[in-house]
Amino acid sequence: MIPSAFDYVAPSTVDDAVRALNDAGEDAKIIAGGQSLLPVLRMRLAAPSKLIDLGKVAELRGVREDGDALVIGAMTTHYDVQRDPLVREHAQLLAVATDTVADPQVRHRGTFGGSLAHADPAGDLLAPALALDVEMVLCGMDGKRTVPAADFFVDYFTTALRPSELLVEVRMPKYTGWHAHYEKFNRVAQAWSIVGVAAAVNVAGHTISAARVALTNMSSVPVRASGVEQALVGQEATPDAIRAAAERAVEGTMPVADNNADVAYREHLAKVLTSRAVTAACG
Amino acid sequence: MRITVTVDGTAYTDEVEPRTLLVHYLRERLGKVGTVVGCDTSNCGACTVHLDGHSVKSCSVLAVQADGCEITTIEGLSRDGQLHPVQQAFHDNHALQCGFCTPGMIMQAIDLLADDADPDEETVRNGLEGNLCRCTGYQNIVRAVRDAASRMEPGSGPEAEQVAEQTSVAGGSRAEVRQS
Repeated sequence: MIPSAFDYVAPSTVDDAVRALNDAGEDAKIIAGGQSLLPVLRMRLAAPSKLIDLGKVAELRGVREDGDALVIGAMTTHYDVQRDPLVREHAQLLAVATDTVADPQVRHRGTFGGSLAHADPAGDLLAPALALDVEMVLCGMDGKRTVPAADFFVDYFTTALRPSELLVEVRMPKYTGWHAHYEKFNRVAQAWSIVGVAAAVNVAGHTISAARVALTNMSSVPVRASGVEQALVGQEATPDAIRAAAERAVEGTMPVADNNADVAYREHLAKVLTSRAVTAACG
Repeated sequence: MRITVTVDGTAYTDEVEPRTLLVHYLRERLGKVGTVVGCDTSNCGACTVHLDGHSVKSCSVLAVQADGCEITTIEGLSRDGQLHPVQQAFHDNHALQCGFCTPGMIMQAIDLLADDADPDEETVRNGLEGNLCRCTGYQNIVRAVRDAASRMEPGSGPEAEQVAEQTSVAGGSRAEVRQS
C-alpha cells in the first residue's frame, strides 16, 4: 500500500528541526531511519500531516568520547554502531545487541535514537540502554534537558519526549573491560524478540565484581533485573551461582500474554535466557 | 517535491510526491522493473537496492529521502553484456526457482561480500536474513554466494558498481569508499 499524503521537510540542523516540529503541531512526526515508521505509514496505521526527516542533520550522527562519557548521536545507524571501535571498547553490550537487530538492510537505515524514541517493548536496544544507565539528551524550544533511561521509557511506545522535543544524543558511562552478551528468543528470522536479556559483567579473577542485567519484552517498558544483579555480585561465575541468580529474573516484571507466548512461558524464558546471557558474558 | 538521484549511473531529476516509496519511483517512473515488490510488510527483501553503496529495502525508503543519493539496482550490475560475478554464480548454481526473490538476493549478496569477501556458510545465511525465498531454494543460493566469493577479488563489491566517470578505489576498504 501507499501511505496517506503528508507534507515533508528535511532540515539540516537540530535548531531547524526543533522549530519545524514546534511549528507543525501534534500531527507531525519525526522520521529518523524510518524502518519502523514507514511500514506503519504504508499500512495506514498512522497518517501524520507532516514528516520531519532528520536524515540531513549531520550533527546527529556519529560516536564520540566526552571525558568519561561515551556519546552516540541519535541518528547513528545500527550499522555504524555495530562497527564503531569506541562502542566495541566501551559499550560492548550495545554492540552485541545491535548485531541482532532486524536484518542487514534495516540496520543500514535504522538508527539508535530512532529505536529508543519508538520505544517498542520488543525492541532490542531498550534493555541494553537501561542496563548501561544511559542518559537521553532531549532538545526542545527551551533548550536541552537530560533524562535517565529509567525515566525515559514510560509505557508501550511512549517516552518522556514532549511533543516538540527531539532525542539528540545518548550519553553513557564507559564500561571498558566489561564483558557482555544479548540473548534473545524468537522462532523465525526477523521476528520480534519474545523475550530478550541484556547482560554485562565485570569479572575480577573468577569473581563477578559488577553486573548489569535488563530484560526485553517482559513489561510495557524494559525492566532492570536488580535482583539478578545483586545475586551475582561477589559470586564466582559458576553454573550453579548463575542459575540461582537467574531465578530472580522475573522480579518486578509484568509480562503480557500474546500469540507468541503466555505469561508463564515468558517467565520461564526470562530465567533461562538470563542464565544463558550471563554465562556467555562471563565467557 | 523535486529530487535528483543517480540510478545505475544515470542522473534523473523528477517531481515526486513525498509519500512516494523509492521502489515505486524506480519501477513506475524510471521503468526499473527489475526491482520487484514481494510483500507489503518490509520482510521479504525482494526490493533490495543499494543506496550510496549500502543495501536497503526500497519499500522502506521514501523517494524524497534518496534525494542526492546514488542508487544501484539489479539492472545496473552487468557491464558490456557481462553479468556481474554474483549474477553469473546464481546462474551457474541454479540459485533460483521462481526467480522473484532473485534481484533482492543478488543485491544483498553483493552487500555482504563487500563486508566479508570470504564468508562461511553461517555468515552467508545471517547476511541474507532479510531476504525470503518462498520456493525455499536457500541451499543453492548459499552455494552461489560462496561460489561468487571465490570468483571475486577482495574488495570488488562497491567498487564494481562505481559509475564510469568516477575514479574507482582499487583494493580499497568499504570505509574508504564511503569517505571518497
